[in-house]
Formats: sequence, structure tokens, C-alpha cells
Amino acid sequence: MLRGKKAIIIGERDGVASPAIEACLKTVDTTAIFSLTQCYV
Amino acid sequence: MEHPVISAASYVLCHTPQMVRYGSKPSREIAKDGQGVADRIGGALRSFDDAVAYPPNQVFIGNTSPADLRERERPWWRHPVADASRFSSWGEIMPEIEFLGLLKAADQFDVVHLRADAASDIQQALKRHPLGLAVEAERVIGVPPEKFDHLTRQPGSLPLYLDGYSGPVGCVLVGHDEDTNLVAHILLENLATKASAALAVRHLIAEHGLDPASIPYVLNCGEEAVGDRYQRGGGSLSKAIAEQAGLTDASGSDTKAFCCAPAHSIVEGAALVQARVFDNVLVVGGGSLAKLGMKFRSHVEKEMPILEDVLAGVAILIAPDDGHSPLIRLDTVGRHRVASGSSQQSVMQDLVRDPLRRVGWRFTDIDLYATEMHNPEVTEPSGSGNVPDRNYKMIASLAALDGEIGRDEIAAFVAERGTLGFSPTQGHIAAAVPLLGHALRDLKEGRSRRVFFLAKGSLFLGKMTNMSDGMSFAIEGREKPSD
Repeated sequence: MLRGKKAIIIGERDGVASPAIEACLKTVDTTAIFSLTQCYV
Repeated sequence: MEHPVISAASYVLCHTPQMVRYGSKPSREIAKDGQGVADRIGGALRSFDDAVAYPPNQVFIGNTSPADLRERERPWWRHPVADASRFSSWGEIMPEIEFLGLLKAADQFDVVHLRADAASDIQQALKRHPLGLAVEAERVIGVPPEKFDHLTRQPGSLPLYLDGYSGPVGCVLVGHDEDTNLVAHILLENLATKASAALAVRHLIAEHGLDPASIPYVLNCGEEAVGDRYQRGGGSLSKAIAEQAGLTDASGSDTKAFCCAPAHSIVEGAALVQARVFDNVLVVGGGSLAKLGMKFRSHVEKEMPILEDVLAGVAILIAPDDGHSPLIRLDTVGRHRVASGSSQQSVMQDLVRDPLRRVGWRFTDIDLYATEMHNPEVTEPSGSGNVPDRNYKMIASLAALDGEIGRDEIAAFVAERGTLGFSPTQGHIAAAVPLLGHALRDLKEGRSRRVFFLAKGSLFLGKMTNMSDGMSFAIEGREKPSD
């Protein structure tokens, strides 16, 4: 579903951080065009 | 191996509803949308009595236990604690009228000014305080109406308000005409931190009968940046807090690591005591003005009161082994390493599993885990979820991955070794340390044997790295747990 797509990634400190999502997406050739981790507290 | 101990802790909340407008989110929204937002905020503020009777606040100052929250019907703001006291043996919940006095007393550069009539009332309120805040009260001197009006019209002047008084009762002036790091808002932020932290120290000294001159070193773990145009954030609040609290023999420094600074500070303080550099070390943290009203929009939309209306303060005394206080097990210190990556599994391995394995403990050898203790009633309305619960589930999942517990035992692990969040969303304050007072009580009374503290800091917010940070340690009691 995500292969070859471009992705906007918003991660969360106490959930899944954006570098971790980015690392997963790279395995299916998905390019992160924006990647950010946020802290909501 | 000898270990230092945590011999005392104090906790305060300063109820400052009229400063909610100066929280980062409210002030940005008011700037964008104007008076309408300010009016909506004004209409959703709590009374002091409501803040005192709010169940999580009573847990924070130690009058009730976290277990009490499990029994209490939600929403907690609709189910106040009957006969709630503003004072506890750990500290207090202070009303804004008194806090404005502490703010004025903390100001040595004549940037805080109070209207004469209000100043008189504030001074009287401080004089009635059981801690005997006479020194602070003497510094509360007001200015006559004509001069006050003139001051409020100065460029950059920030008005201060108080329930029950018409118009501004005070103002904060800029500290320098051209310095963006000394504008009134930043000075208010830093003075609020200084005043709330010093109040926590005053309670610690009074409740434990300590000699203020017996504390040689203070580590401030607050997140506020003190400095000027040449070194934004390069200053230190620790010595200013020590001075304000009358710790005449103290020096100190600040530890910066966003929310996990308290955990870093406790480890650093424990190491300084263990190495006999200092006889004891006081870790302090004051309130975060910027975080007032952070979730106000969702609270207002859901017709709740704005619950982020308190500035928090903590003080934690680390001392050499006294034979009875809980030990800080320095051999269990965990740190989130650069090479570990950012997945939650990696973070928890560094902070929990690896330190436990180092000393031969299992996940289930810990009676209680203290993690991010944010009050879910504050965070859930905005979609931020239940932060402590997420962290507890992650620890339990790691225990399951390691084969210590079955997957079907995760919920039981969380229920048994976790607790509901009760801390205001005051950044560093919420990171594990709110449970320290309860843990000390339980460990001293033999209700638990080991409590593990872990805290995380969002380093990525400063745009210098994508990493977060974390620090952890266990404390251990002297008594075997009761059945």
C-alpha cells in the first residue's frame, strides 16, 4: 500500500517517534518528505 | 556497596488562574483571536476551593494516595474531595493572592509592581501563612494609584490580575529596552519558577526541621531559560532559589534535559553525595508558566474547567545513608544512549530492562514503576491520550517479550505495578518525581520494597537533534513489604 509513495510522518514521544516510523517506511521504498516528532505534554 | 538516600521531599501547587492567559498556548491564541478567546478562558477558570478539592491535586500534595483515584468516580473535577485541606505534611496548594506576594518578594530588580490596595491585602495574607513568610511579606510594598497607572503604560509592561479585584493589581516591566530575553513575559516566567521552587524548599525545611544553612548544593531541574541577549538560557536559577529560601551556605547549578532533568539531577546529586563532595544535595524544580492552559481549547470545548491552572514545585533532599531512608540504587541507573535509536522498545530496554538485568532483578522484582505521571483528565480531551498508561503498557510488553510474564498478564502487570496519573502537565514536574513522595511513604512503611523511576525528555523540540533522552534509577526500602 505504501510502496513507492511519499509520506508525511508525525511521531509522538510516548508513542512511536518519527525516526522509527521512517525506518519502517524505508523498507518499502517510501520517501519521507516531512518527518517530525512531537511531545503533546 | 553504600548508597545515598532520599531523606525528604516536598510538593507545592500554586493556583494561578489569572496567569493562565500567559501560558504559551493561551497567549498565542489570544494574540491571534483577541478578546473572544480571553473571555472564553476567563469563563472557564476554577475557583481556589475547586482547585484545592480537585482529587489529583490532593494526591500531588500527599493528602490522598494515587489509589484513591482508582476508587473515585470520573470526571474527577465533578467529584471533589470532601473537606480537602490546602495544606499537607508535604506542602500546600497556595492561592494566587499569596503567590503574587512571593512573586514580588522574588523580584530584586523592581520589575514587579503591585497596586497599593492589593499589595496591602497580599501582605496581610502572607503574614497569616503558617510557614511564617514575614520576610517575604515585608518585601510586598505597593505603589500609589497614579504611579501604578504610569507603570502599567510603560512599553512592554505586562498586567497582573487577581480574582475579586477590578483592573490590574500589578504589572511586570521589561528588564532591558532592547533585550528580547528580558521582556516582561520571560521575567514573569522565571520569577514564577523561582518563587514556586523556593516555596517547595521552605516547606521541606519546615516540615523536616532542617537547618537552612546545612544544605551546601542545589540542583535546579526546571526547564525555564534564564539569561540575557548574550547567553539565552546560560544562567542558573538554583542559587537564586537557594537565596530566596534562605539556604545561606548553598551554591548550585541547573541541569537541562527537558522533562527528564529531575531524573538526571537526582542521579547527579546522589553521585555528588556518594563521592562525599557535598554532605547533601537538594534537587529543586519550580513551576512552568508556559504550560498553563496548554490544553485549554479542548477543555473549553468540552465545557470543562481549565485544569492547567497551577504552577507546581518540588524539592528533594539527597543525603548519605542515615540507616532508615530509602536508598538510591546507583547501580541501577539507566540512560537512553545515542546509539539506541528512538523506538519505544529501545528506549525501555535502555531505561528499564538493562539496568534491572545489571543487578539481577526481574521486571516483577519492582513493586511500582514511576513514569510520566500526567493527569489523563487533562490530556485525554485533546486527544493526547493517557500518557502514564501508554508507558506502563510498554514496560509490561517488554516484560512479556522477555518471557517474564505472559501476554495475557500485561493488563494485570499494569494494574499491579502502575498507577493513575495525577500530575499537572508542568513539563519536568510530571516526569516520575510526583510519585517519589508516595514511594518514600510506602517504602518507609513497608508497603513496597522497590520503586523504579524513569523519565523521558523531548530533546527534538529544540531542533538540534531528532533524539529524545531518558534517565532512570531504582529506590529501595529497608523493610520487607507487608502481606
